[in-house]
Order: sequence, then C-alpha cells, then structure tokens
Amino acid sequence: MLDILAKAQEWEWCPLEQKSNEKRREEKSEEDRSVGMAGSSIMENLFQRTVEDLIKGMRLQLVGESSFISKATEEIRREIKSTDQHTKSTALQKLSYLSAVHGVDMSWASFHVVEVMSSSRFAHKRIGYHAAAHSFNDDTPVLLLITNQLRKDLSSSNHFEVSLALDLLSRIATLDLARDLTPEVFQLLSTARVFVRKKAIAVLFRLFDKFPDSVRVCFKRLVENLESSDPQVVTAVVGVFCQLSASDPSSYLPLAPEFFRILVDSKNNWVLIKVLKVFTKLAPLEPRLGKRIVEPVCDHMRRSVAKSLVFECVRTVLTSLTHYESAVNLAVEKVREFLLDQDPNLRYLGLQALSLVAPQHLWAVMDNKEAIIKSLSDDDSNIKIESLRLLMAMVSESHLADISRVLLNYALKSDPEFCNEILGSILTTCSRNVYEIVVDFDWYVSLLGEMAAIPNCQKGEEIETQLIDIGMRVKDARIQLVRVGRDLLIDPALLGNVHLHRILCASAWVAGEYIEVASNPFELMDALLQPRTSLLPPSIRAVYINSALKILIFCLDCYLLQNEVSASLYSGNLAGGQSQLLSVKNYTEATELAMCEGSNYEQDEGFNPRNTTESSEELSVESGINRVATHGQTFTPTTVLMKKKFVHESISSLLNRIELIFGPLIANQDVEVLERARNILSLVQLIKQEIIDNSVQSVDIMDKKDTLVSAIIYSMRDAFTTELGPVSTSAQGRIAVPDGLVLTDNLGDLQAICGDDELPPSSSLFGTGGPHLTSTTDASSSNLLKNEESRPLNESTSLIEHRKRHGLYYLPSEKREIVPDEYPPANDSKLNSNISDEAAELAKLTDQSLLPKKRTNQTKPRPVVVKLDDGDVAPISIKRPEPRDDSLSGAIKDVLLGSETGPSISRSNPSGKSSRKQKEKKKLTTNGQSEMKENVVDAENPDIENPNSTSKNHGHTNERRHRGKEKIVEGEEHDQRGKKKSGHRHGRRKSHQRAKSPLNVVSQTPVIPDFLL
Amino acid sequence: MGIRFVLMVNKQGQTRLAQYYEYLTLEERRALEGEIVRKCLARNEQQCSFVEHRNYKIVYRRYASLFFLVGVDDDENELAILEFIHLLVETMDRHFGNVCELDIMFHLEKAHFMLEEMVMNGCIVETSKSNILTPIQLMDKTS
Repeated sequence: MLDILAKAQEWEWCPLEQKSNEKRREEKSEEDRSVGMAGSSIMENLFQRTVEDLIKGMRLQLVGESSFISKATEEIRREIKSTDQHTKSTALQKLSYLSAVHGVDMSWASFHVVEVMSSSRFAHKRIGYHAAAHSFNDDTPVLLLITNQLRKDLSSSNHFEVSLALDLLSRIATLDLARDLTPEVFQLLSTARVFVRKKAIAVLFRLFDKFPDSVRVCFKRLVENLESSDPQVVTAVVGVFCQLSASDPSSYLPLAPEFFRILVDSKNNWVLIKVLKVFTKLAPLEPRLGKRIVEPVCDHMRRSVAKSLVFECVRTVLTSLTHYESAVNLAVEKVREFLLDQDPNLRYLGLQALSLVAPQHLWAVMDNKEAIIKSLSDDDSNIKIESLRLLMAMVSESHLADISRVLLNYALKSDPEFCNEILGSILTTCSRNVYEIVVDFDWYVSLLGEMAAIPNCQKGEEIETQLIDIGMRVKDARIQLVRVGRDLLIDPALLGNVHLHRILCASAWVAGEYIEVASNPFELMDALLQPRTSLLPPSIRAVYINSALKILIFCLDCYLLQNEVSASLYSGNLAGGQSQLLSVKNYTEATELAMCEGSNYEQDEGFNPRNTTESSEELSVESGINRVATHGQTFTPTTVLMKKKFVHESISSLLNRIELIFGPLIANQDVEVLERARNILSLVQLIKQEIIDNSVQSVDIMDKKDTLVSAIIYSMRDAFTTELGPVSTSAQGRIAVPDGLVLTDNLGDLQAICGDDELPPSSSLFGTGGPHLTSTTDASSSNLLKNEESRPLNESTSLIEHRKRHGLYYLPSEKREIVPDEYPPANDSKLNSNISDEAAELAKLTDQSLLPKKRTNQTKPRPVVVKLDDGDVAPISIKRPEPRDDSLSGAIKDVLLGSETGPSISRSNPSGKSSRKQKEKKKLTTNGQSEMKENVVDAENPDIENPNSTSKNHGHTNERRHRGKEKIVEGEEHDQRGKKKSGHRHGRRKSHQRAKSPLNVVSQTPVIPDFLL
Repeated sequence: MGIRFVLMVNKQGQTRLAQYYEYLTLEERRALEGEIVRKCLARNEQQCSFVEHRNYKIVYRRYASLFFLVGVDDDENELAILEFIHLLVETMDRHFGNVCELDIMFHLEKAHFMLEEMVMNGCIVETSKSNILTPIQLMDKTS
C-alpha cells in the first residue's frame, strides 16, 4: 500500500522536475541521434533523471531521505544496464554522486565504470574516470581490465584524456598497473606539454611506491625536471621529493645542491616550504649541509611576510638545525611573536614549535613561560593542552610537588575534559620510568588521594594502577598508602561516584594487603563493611570482601598472639608483682594510652556511631613496629601493652558485624562475591564458636595455641604475609613445564622456541615461606582435612601451595626492616595555603628548574623503589623507528649506487664522499639501462657545446676526478648553473662509454672532496 | 603523503564534498566524517583552526555556511594548508562567481575537478588560479 503511494508521489513529482531540463535533454538526445542511437534508447534517455534532478529531488525530501536514495539507486541499477552510452553515463554520474555525498555503495557497478571509461566521448569518459577514482581500490577485480584503456589514454593526443588517466593512476595504481604503465609515464615525463608533464611527475610517487623498479627507469628524468625552468614542473618535482624523502631521506642527499639552489632562488612559497621540509630531513644526516643552509633559512625567516613560510623555517631550525645558536635564537624570537599574536592559530603553532625545541633548548621554553602559563586558561582546549604539555616538559624533580599543586588547582577549576587532561599528564609524568621523578612518595601518594577527591576525576583506572604499583614497589610508602586508602574508604560519599570505584578497589586492596601498617584495623574494617558498599560493582565488592578477610585474619592473629604472650608473661611475672603493668584487662590504662598514641581516635568515633562502644576499646597501635616485632618473634612488654586493643569484646563484635553485613551476600548473584562471602562467613562461624565458647576472659588462654582455630589463623596469616611484588613482563617465559604435563602432542615446535627461556626446575627456588610456613601447613592440613568446615583453610593452603609452587613469580621477600615512623606530613602547609595567584606562582616555580638542581629541603632520602631487571611492567624504552628498508629505498639506492656495489655503502657512509659517488653512479646506471632513451634526450637538447666534453676522450679515472671537482664548484657557487648542466650532460656522455666498456667503479673511486662545501 | 582528504561540510554537518587520497571503505569514511564534524563544528571563532584527530591533523576553516576541512599528515605545514583552503575557495569563487553551498552541490564534479588540478597524490601541484581553471573552462566549452 505504502509502495503504491510512494510511486504515485514519484509520478507526480517527476514531470515537474523534468520540465526544467527538458530543453537540455532535447539537445542531448539530438546529439545522441546524430551518433546513431536506437529509438528505444532515446525514449529511455528522455525519461531519465539527471544528476541535477536527483539533487533537487533530494532537497525536496524533508523526511525519508534514505528511502528516496534507495529508490534512486534502484533506478540507477536499471539505467546503468542500458546500451545507450548517455543513459549509462548519466546513471553512473548519479551513482557516484550518491556514493560521494551519501555514502551509497557503488562497488557493484565497477564493471559499468570500466565500460563508461572506455567511451569515445570525453564527457562520458570523464564520468567514468571520476567514478573509478572514487570507488576503485586494490581489491577491485576489474582493475585488471583497465590496463589497456589507461595505456591508450596515456598515449592519447588529447591531453585532457592523458590527464584523466594520470589522475586515476595516482589514485588507484597497483603493482600490476604501475609495472605495466611505467613506460608510458616515462614518456610523459619529458613531454613539452607542461599540463601533462607536471601530472606525470606527480604520479611518480605512487608508481615508485607500488613498483620500486620503476625508479630505475624514471628517476633520472625526475631529477632533470628539478632543473626545469617551468615553475609548475618544479613544484611538482619538489612535491614528489618531499614525499619520497619523508620515508628514506639518506638516499636523496646527493641531490642537496639542487635543492639548495631552489631554496635560494625560488620565489614560490609553496615550493620553498616543500624544500625546507626536504632539508629538515636531510640536515641531520650530513652536518656540513646544516652549515650551508642555515643562512638562507634565516634569511627567509627574517624577510618573508608569509607566516606559513616563516613557520616552516622556524620548524626546520628547531628540528634539524638546533646546533646553530643564532638561528635558534632567531627562531625562538619568531616563536615569541607567534605566542603573543592575536590569532589563536599562531599561538597554537608557537606552542607546538616550543615543544619541538624543548628537549634540546629548555631555556627557550623557560623564556616564554608567562605566555605558556597564560595559555593554560585559553579559550581553546587545544591550546590549553599544548601549554600543559610544555609545562610538564619543564618539570624536574626539585619542584614537581609545587607544579603539581598548582596544576591540581587549575584542574579543580577547569571543565571536566581539561581537568582530566591535567590529571592524566601529572600521572604519566610522575610514573615515567618507574616513578623516576618522584622523591617523596608520601607526598605522591597523598597527591593521588587528592586527585581522587576532585569531582571531575575520571582517571580512576590509572590511579588504581599506580596505588597498587607503588604499594608493591615502594615499601616505605605503605604507611601513607594505607592512610590515604583509609581516608578514601571511610568516606561514604565517594561510593556513589562511578569513576572512583576503581580507586576504592585499589584502596581496599591496599588496606587488606598492608593491614599491618594500618593505624586502626577496626576502623578499616568498618569502612569495608559500610552498607553503601552495595553500590559497588561485584568485582570490586569481591575485593572488599577479600580485604575484609585479610583484616580479620590480622586482628585475630594479633589477638591470639597477644593473649598467648601476655599469658605466658603473666604467669612468669606474677611473682614479680608486675601484673598490673602487664594486665590485659586494665581498660582504663589502655584507653589512656590510646588517647596519647592514636591520632585517629576522634575520627573513629565520629565515623560510625553505631560502634562507639566498641571503638572505645579499639586502641590504635604503632602496628608497624608491632607487626614486625610479632613476626620476628621478639616480644617485649611494650608491644604487649600496645596490643591491648585486641580484646575479646572487640573481636567478637567484629565477627558479629561481619556476619551481619556479609550474611545477605550468600544470596548474591555474582559468583565471585558469593564465593568470597561464603568463605569468610564460614571462617567467622568457626572462629566464633571457639572464641565465644572457650575464651571467657582470663580463662585458660594457654590452651588456645593448640586449638584448631589458632592453627587456621596462623596458617592463613602466613599465607597473607608473603609479600606480593611487581611481576616481570617476561615471567611467563620462565615457567618450567611441570612433570607429567604433555605439551608436545601438537605443539612440539613450541619447545624449540621457548627452550631458551626455560629455567631448570631447582628446588631452591621454591618455598619462599620458609620452614615455619611449611610446618604450619603440614600440621594444619593434617589436622583439618577431616573437618567439614575446612573451606577457608583449603583456600589458604592452596594459596600457600600456589606461592610455593610458583615461587619464582614472586619477588623474593626482602628482609624486613623497622620503618621509622616519624614521617613529617608531606604537604600540610601547601595543602592548606590558598594560592592566590597561581600563574605567578607557577612562573616562579618554573624558574627553579633552570637553577642547578639541589635538593635543599629534602628531609629524607628517596626510598627504595623495586625495579625488575628484565622488562618491567611497562616497556619504557622509546622505540626508535626502524629505518625503512623496503624495496623502494632499495631500488633508489640501487639506482644511486649502481649495481656493482651493495646498498650497504650508502647506508653506512652517508658522508659527502659516498654521496658524491652515489650521485655519479646513479647517472651511470640509469644511463646504462636506458641508453636508447638517453640518446633521444641528448638529441633534444641542442646545446651540446660544453667545456668538459673533451674529457670523454680521457681515461675514466681522470674523468671522474674532473667531474668531482666540478661538483664542488657547483655546491659552493650555486650561481654557476650553466656549468652544472654541462656536468650532467657530461655524465651522460661518459655513461655511454661505460656501457660500451664496463668498469669496476668501486675499485676506482678516488678520495673525493666534499661536494657540499 | 601530505593531504589525506578534503571535506566540505555544511553547518548541519552534511557532507557536501569528500575527496580522499587514500583508500577508506565507505563505513570508515562515514565514521571518520562523523567524528571530525562533531569535533570541529563544536568549536568557536576564538579557537584555533587545528584539531588533532586519530593520526591526522585537521585544518579547517569556515566560509559562510560551509566548513572546509583538510586532513593532513603530522608534518604538514598547517598555515600552508589554510592558505590552500583559501586558494580553493577563491578559485571556486572565480569560477562560479560568489560561490555558495548550492554551487558545490550542483557542480560537484567541477569542484572535484578543481581539486584534482590542485592536488595529486595528496601533494599540492598547482597554485595558480588561472592554471587550475583553464582546463575546466576549456572542457565546458567543448562539451
């Protein structure tokens, strides 16, 4: 029904539209008639819509454009099959219009494209070529059919047809097309019709790229065109060399004199820019070249009014001529003008230019720091980002903290996007090379915490990674890490922010893993158990649960140890009358102690009112020392005193709370959460029985050691205390194949590949846990295997097993040291001080990095940062791009070098000597290969008269020397172009001789002076 | 390669001309155009004309209702490309006389032809207005 309606509409619409074109169509049909069309095709033609109709129709469609397009495409499908060339080409024209503007697929019509291309009428041919250029690609099957058509059109006398063919070739040439059509293009390189010649030149880049052997044929003509008097031709040639030199500049060093001439003589800014680009590539390869071009480049920079040219000069100087101080000074001066300009384009480019020069001349950046800092609050985010990059380039370790502080304040004020840009650049700068630049990790960790607190922060993932990474690598930072993690964890507001979830995940992990340095484990546990954690995604909840398990184990362990020790001390010292001092039950004393020691006590109370009663007993401990001491098995009365917080009530309330909170999770849908909650709950149940039943205060604590529970707790504690370290990226390669695992079935070859990386399994590598660990495991496992509540244990033993078996993935745990705890707060003063004028501050700060770096206010040495010897987490080394050594540069080198010598010479020795040699040989070879054509060219040039032509009769060695000298003259005095031409021609003459009597060129190359100077 | 593509897009974000100098599939083109248009059309007059996108640098300029966007390689001279855009507009202006969006819509082929005269292989080969227009005028006469 709808279809019918649509058709009716179309019917109504068609005549209206056709009226306007009726007249033209009549003319066209007349033409067709004259060509001799059948009557039916005239009718067809008459009712066909033209492109114009199509476009008009499209404009009338306010809605349903897509259905209009599909209808039009249907129509085209019908029309394009027509035998009438006009109908066909119009259909194709419409199709390419739809394809170009509305993205309609036209690959199905490729055969029709070929048909229209071969039309004898130019107007049709043009449509065909246009369609081909837009729709063909390397995979188009009909590509094979157009070779002959292209060949015919390339040799056509109508230069528009030639131009069409060349243009198509530049777009779609494949290896086959390039190979087959190189001779035709070669012919066009010397045609008198500039319109065609420039296009033929421009095509060459594509030909060389696809079919490197074409270099042998065409390269010489290309070079000749460089000296053409026609500016259009020169523009095209320079363009080609600009593209060629981008990939493999060293091959084009021999042409430096020609480029130099253009640099000095040309008045065309487009050409000059291209030549400057070529020199940017060439100058680093040949130091003497820089010396030559620096003056003309500076000249252009001073004189030109075209900003584009000035900028190109600036860029050339700042990339390739950085050793020439006057030039750099001039360029930096220009950059400053750019930076202060009204035009945002110039400001942006100025900043970009500065970032080019920053690695070598930091002073240039420093000199412009006001402008850079001003740009930090520019309207344009691109400019802001550029200035941020520059600012980060200026950062050094001495004032990293201050710059970061100011940037963080900027981040607070900025829009979300730029805010994250700032945070991201701080994060990457600081973490570069395993936190190379960071000295004070306490400060850095707090900075990470502050970043997380910024409302717009979306860098959760990076911050997460860094928090965990620092935890594993920097032992000394762990206290602060846990402190920062605690601050994040206890804030219930943060749980609602999706971007922060990753950071909370890291905080929870840190809290669990390094619980022994925490000031108040109970508080952390409360944070992990708070009800709003239900907002977290399951994967992060699972981390929370696991961390809760670790903290629980820690608390229980401390509780048990303390009871045990105090009990023994109690019994031992009872007679000594010191029972009061050592009494575990003396709550009043304990509370006082806690007040003195624990700074977090008040916060604790405020945090969770529900737990106030418990928290009065939860006294903070200097657990860093405490824990270490515990593990060293050296108990002193002081440690016992400090552990009073792990009293029976607090432990049992902890257990109750865990049960309360995690209880509902048994019905959780996420397997991970479910599983972990189950584990911890069954552990809690087990412990609860034991502790509640057995341990009424002061009753027979000695027995505990032997109970099931304590065995479990100890073994789990041991499992958790094995330190995790950063994992080497190459760790996988070091896996020894376990016995009994058959890998060779289908993957036999793999053995040979991985063989080198394999380490022989040696027993000494296993068992990081030490004898204590092993014995506990054995004891507990034998005791508990029958126990049906043994799930948590199984988990822990399997973990131990895992660590045991795969010990080599974990870093060997280092010797524990006692961490001095009197860290001064890293940035308290800075934190609170309100920076009134950030820009001024920043300017002042950046000043400092120019001063010799002295760490004046460094209170403590940089802590040890664990680095892996082989391949750290992130490969930091900057990969230098491999010199492109494909067939193209190979072919060019072959042409330049001649077939007698290997291409290695030019690569290893890009000095003047070999370059000169290359140039000479290039001519020799080219001539040798296309002698016939050379003769033609020579004949075309009437001015044979040439002072050096007599040298033809000399010996080859002499001749070569002669030419060498001549080249020197050219290089030095570029105004003697007449001589140069003769030089070329002379080279050709010689080559004829060479072709007649081949010589070993390599053996004869004499020491040739530099041609550039 | 220099210039990778030339786009003309109107205020509404509709593509009016698209010329690519490297092969992209239709889907890739459409995605790329969408991203670029979203990025560039959101910018205001006070912001610079250069946008980095994927591995392209996009140089754009607005003339009345039409945006001219040119995607170039990283080491291309941005200011020169701005001049190129201006040259293109001037050339079309000379040919159509006070060129507008409709001229380009209805004479898309001619616009392509001018571009083909100016740029080959992503490299600017012709910068003289009369050199660009002569063949087009000749062809108009003959056909």
